Amino acid sequence: MVGPVTLVEKIWDQHVVHRAPGEPDLLYIDLHLIHEASSPQAFDGLRLAERAVRRPDLTLAVEDHNVPTDSLFIRDTMGRAQVQQLRDNCSRYGIEHLPHGDARQGIVHVVAPELGLVQPGMTVVCGDSHTSTHGAFGALAFGVGTSDVEHVLATQTLALVRPRTMAVNFVGLPPVDVTPKDLILALIASLGANGAHGYVLEYRGPVVDAMSVEGRMTMCNMSIEAGARAGLVAPDERTFEYLRGRRVAPQDAAWDEALAFWRTLRTDEGAVFDHEVTLDVSDLTPFVTWGTNPGQAVPLGDSVPDPATLSEPTQRAAAERALEYMGLAPATPMRQLEIDTVFLGSCTNGRIEDLRAAAEVIKGRQVLPRVRMLVVPGSMDVRREAEEEGLHIIFQQAGAEWRLSGCSMCMGMNSDRLQGSERVASTSNRNYEGRQGTRARTHLVSPAVAAATAVTGRLAAPSDL
Amino acid sequence: MQVFTTHTGRAAPLGRSDVDTDQIIPAEFCKRLTKTGYADTLFANWREDPEFVLNDPARAGASVLVAGHNFGTGSSREHAVWALRDWGFRAVIATSFGDIFLRNAFKNGLLAVALSPDVVERLAGCAERDPAFEIEIDLDRRDVRADGGTWTFEVDRRARWLLLNGLDDIGVTLGSAQAIGEYEGRRHSWLPALRRGELATGRPAEHGVAR
Repeated sequence: MVGPVTLVEKIWDQHVVHRAPGEPDLLYIDLHLIHEASSPQAFDGLRLAERAVRRPDLTLAVEDHNVPTDSLFIRDTMGRAQVQQLRDNCSRYGIEHLPHGDARQGIVHVVAPELGLVQPGMTVVCGDSHTSTHGAFGALAFGVGTSDVEHVLATQTLALVRPRTMAVNFVGLPPVDVTPKDLILALIASLGANGAHGYVLEYRGPVVDAMSVEGRMTMCNMSIEAGARAGLVAPDERTFEYLRGRRVAPQDAAWDEALAFWRTLRTDEGAVFDHEVTLDVSDLTPFVTWGTNPGQAVPLGDSVPDPATLSEPTQRAAAERALEYMGLAPATPMRQLEIDTVFLGSCTNGRIEDLRAAAEVIKGRQVLPRVRMLVVPGSMDVRREAEEEGLHIIFQQAGAEWRLSGCSMCMGMNSDRLQGSERVASTSNRNYEGRQGTRARTHLVSPAVAAATAVTGRLAAPSDL
Repeated sequence: MQVFTTHTGRAAPLGRSDVDTDQIIPAEFCKRLTKTGYADTLFANWREDPEFVLNDPARAGASVLVAGHNFGTGSSREHAVWALRDWGFRAVIATSFGDIFLRNAFKNGLLAVALSPDVVERLAGCAERDPAFEIEIDLDRRDVRADGGTWTFEVDRRARWLLLNGLDDIGVTLGSAQAIGEYEGRRHSWLPALRRGELATGRPAEHGVAR
């Protein structure tokens, strides 16, 4: 390597199997996560071509998209068939697999990190756009489609052109009630839903340094919502402490060797990014979405924007359409919006820290009787940890439903779906039309705002209680 | 991989930007186990509106979709591409595409062509006025011809070569099997590797037994 380079370039160069001028690099993939919804056709392709899975030992399968969170029985026959197909494929090709009902099952992006499978400097892919979550460990992690899943199964590589790099420099320290979810929603609102297109983001600044690994996962998870290929954070002592002693993390002499290597995984002094953005977070407040893409977000204290104030015609048309779908009038204060359902969970905010934050707000309070609140731990391990801390009692006493783990209400593929045009405050990652139910209206929020909203029945921050 | 050299077809204007893959195909239709049979699911929610462009009988047989910016953003579901292909689309023209959608598209012989906003607007305008308006796309020359104009577009070199020759993407990569093996010999020894049965704690829940 010549001269100072960014972390992304370092990881990239360390994984190039084959490079030729004018061609994409052939990149080695260290970890391939699979789930039931994006893999059946990939395995079919392998079978038809009579190909083997090159590295079943670098592959982990989890059941998460289709599984119900109120029982261990999938009522929907197609969902059941998809899960069965995953089981058959894993059995046939010798792939480790965490089924619905297993004590380690959960959302793929929650389970892999908690096992210690995701480590700094690795390349990680999954047939799932929120694979960017794993960038929190200083790994290069991104989502792929089913054809690429098949390609990785067969070759453990992908042919890719290296994405451009963008530094996201957060300056200042935010007030205490501002969470990683608020930071990322504010960033996406400032960049736009396509503002990071073609880039890998590196999040930097004192607020990131002070952030837990769980919080970094929340931020990296939503990198894709700004159009980025991936997002990452350079590994530091917090990362190493998180990994130490995890089930498949290196141990003893291997740990020391790995640690020495991980400490080299930083953007070099003087390295040049293709682009840099700076966001001052000193005056940030909790953020919520008002529209139908994650870039359409405002501070909770603001009002629904007026499309007439937007000068760019496509943006104005998109905003008008979003307000119509969302059933909102311009200039309505966000705090006045009545919420029917609160969803706490998903690969964005289904980790123990998220459940703790919500429990702290809701402890000793009640979910408003007309509001339904679902609490869905991101994994069965998170669920167990929460129960050991008594969090489930807090939620249940408040009137919330305490569920098993899965993707649940994030994406409308299982039985946790909204009915009609219900309005939901959701800690998930996408507020698209129909995402959580055919006509459902989604407002993306942090776990703390979700809990406060459940109590008041309107979008609210803990400070409103 | 299906060969793509040139295609000339009638254009359908979508008239929307930031079209996410949840709109192209809602998640409830992503439970199928096949790569085909998705035509009925394309834009399923929008098609409930009788005014939606693809419900117009004059648009039947259109094979080039013209959208705004950031088409195919969001979820990685390749079902979105399968649905567009099954409907009969061979190409989508927009000012930009979601990254994962773009890769999925070329892997299925659906050409995703990015052109500048003024050109996309012009083509969409022509298509809105005239359902018989045709667009010609030539992958070899890397250009689009319509309405008396010619515009070149960028395309990933490997993708173009695979498409023009109808090559098997995985088969081509397997030609580098030796280099892959050599790379594997250089990987750090501490990197995680799993044995089947190493992590799972017990029996999966038996389907059919409600709890």
